[in-house]
Amino acid sequence: MSIRRPNFSTVMLVLGLLFLYLPMFVLVVYSFNASKLVTVWAGFSTQWYGELFRDQQILSAVWTSLRIAFFAASMAVCLGTVAAFVMTRYGHFRGKTALSSMVTAPLVMPEVITGLSLLLLFVQMAQITGWPADRGMATIWIAHTTFCSAYVAVVVAARLREVDHSIEEAAMDLGSPPVKTFFSITLPIITPALAAGWLLAFTLSLDDLVIASFVSGPGANTLPMVVFSSVRMGVSPKINALATLIILIVSLATLLAWFFMRRNETKRKAALKDV
Amino acid sequence: MKPSRSSARSSAMLKRLQLGRRAVIAFPLVWLTLFFLLPFALVLKISLSEAAIAIPPYGPLLEYADQTLHVFLNLGNYLYLLTDSLYIAAYWGSVKTAFIATLVCLLMGYPMAYAMARAPARWQLLLLLLVMLPSWTSFLIRVYAWMGILSNSGLINNLLIGLGLIDSPLRMMNTQFAVTIGIVYAYLPFMVLPLYAHLTRLDNALLEAASDLGSRKLNTFIKVTLPLSMGGIVAGSMLVFIPAVGEFVIPELLGGPDTLMIGKVLWEEFFLNRDWPVASALAMVMLLLLLVPIVWFHRYQSRELES
Repeated sequence: MSIRRPNFSTVMLVLGLLFLYLPMFVLVVYSFNASKLVTVWAGFSTQWYGELFRDQQILSAVWTSLRIAFFAASMAVCLGTVAAFVMTRYGHFRGKTALSSMVTAPLVMPEVITGLSLLLLFVQMAQITGWPADRGMATIWIAHTTFCSAYVAVVVAARLREVDHSIEEAAMDLGSPPVKTFFSITLPIITPALAAGWLLAFTLSLDDLVIASFVSGPGANTLPMVVFSSVRMGVSPKINALATLIILIVSLATLLAWFFMRRNETKRKAALKDV
Repeated sequence: MKPSRSSARSSAMLKRLQLGRRAVIAFPLVWLTLFFLLPFALVLKISLSEAAIAIPPYGPLLEYADQTLHVFLNLGNYLYLLTDSLYIAAYWGSVKTAFIATLVCLLMGYPMAYAMARAPARWQLLLLLLVMLPSWTSFLIRVYAWMGILSNSGLINNLLIGLGLIDSPLRMMNTQFAVTIGIVYAYLPFMVLPLYAHLTRLDNALLEAASDLGSRKLNTFIKVTLPLSMGGIVAGSMLVFIPAVGEFVIPELLGGPDTLMIGKVLWEEFFLNRDWPVASALAMVMLLLLLVPIVWFHRYQSRELES
């Protein structure tokens, strides 16, 4: 192979990646700055990490956010998987157009609209049924489940379309009831997509500021809400330390995912060679 | 075996299957109707009511008194949006900013996705993860990163002053420029992802055939690659444009007094002025503006979902 002149698209890819990563790199570097002024370098220090871990408000917000994200992602996986299954396996039924619109619309709906509309719903529900009397974790959980399930449905539907339908049909022809077929045949095949959907829903829920701000009450402050009220006042090295930790965790998780996906790929190729 | 009993049993089973099928369909349908569709009806309802000093802060639409049912449909909120030029300017500002940002994302994202799809197979997954990784960190923190870069005492200004290129800092924070760059930065991965998905499915044989028949590279690109990746262009552009129109965080953190955007106006109307009916009317008009792009995106997406 001869050495090629780098073409336009490769140069753009490198520049695009630099554009995506340089600002995050700057955040990480300045989290180790001794000065309180984020933009002036005054020597290496880890004091902001210490302050971050002593900040009770941030710590309790992290715990609140993690709990909401865990339950929202789990429920979104149930809801999204059923929606994807119905969309790809059930042929035509009444309400299919409505369902498919409601599955794809949340993907692009501006957050302020979703947030406002859900808040109005909860207020109306409280007037009529008495629940929810206090908005907080439960209302955020419902809101996050709803918009996250759309993302799960798209991920799972993509996988369901790839899967060979005939195995499921064979099982049912041999007398396996639909519920059993789903749990013993379909579910194991789509498990990687469920895991991907759960992780995506988890990060989306952790990240949401706007919808949570609308539907939350005085009791529940999520991490983005605390970060936002701090960031509004200007840059702060403590937030840089928090950003560094988030970037570190996401990078490690992605690296791990990459490692496993590549290993599976090599295994599959090796298996194909043996045949 | 008596045929009558067997058929009775199978018809009972069929009924159970039908019931099960309906229950499975009902679960997502009911949840989404209750928590996604119904809320929009309430936004419409409250946009037609009058603001009131009460909890919740709006008046009723129906009132029964003296054996007559009074229906109040207050169009005042919508008329108010037309009379105050602030709102029209905010809608226009949002659409304009989102459009420019989408265009920049497309111009940057297309070559990126193209290079990824043409990269050696063992590199593709890594490149895809590298592009998506920032979007999994934190939206808020990625926007925040630009505050430290663009501000008057920020990285770029310090660098330029240090190099002696300028004497006084350039004003970049709280400008249209900062908001646009923030949207491009935050949404670029969502443009690249569908473009890559389409370009990677592109059949190489088509490009080779075009080249064998003497088509030049640019010609092949315009006549073969571009039309075949149209679905990705539409999906990517809508994934950037529609949320960007309603964006709140970016204009709030990076924008200034001259960067009016409707998402921020709605937020302030709701949280600061506590005028729920006007906020609802703002949301309805925004939804109306976005109806065509949303339907367009939905058409494309449901084709993908069902094909």
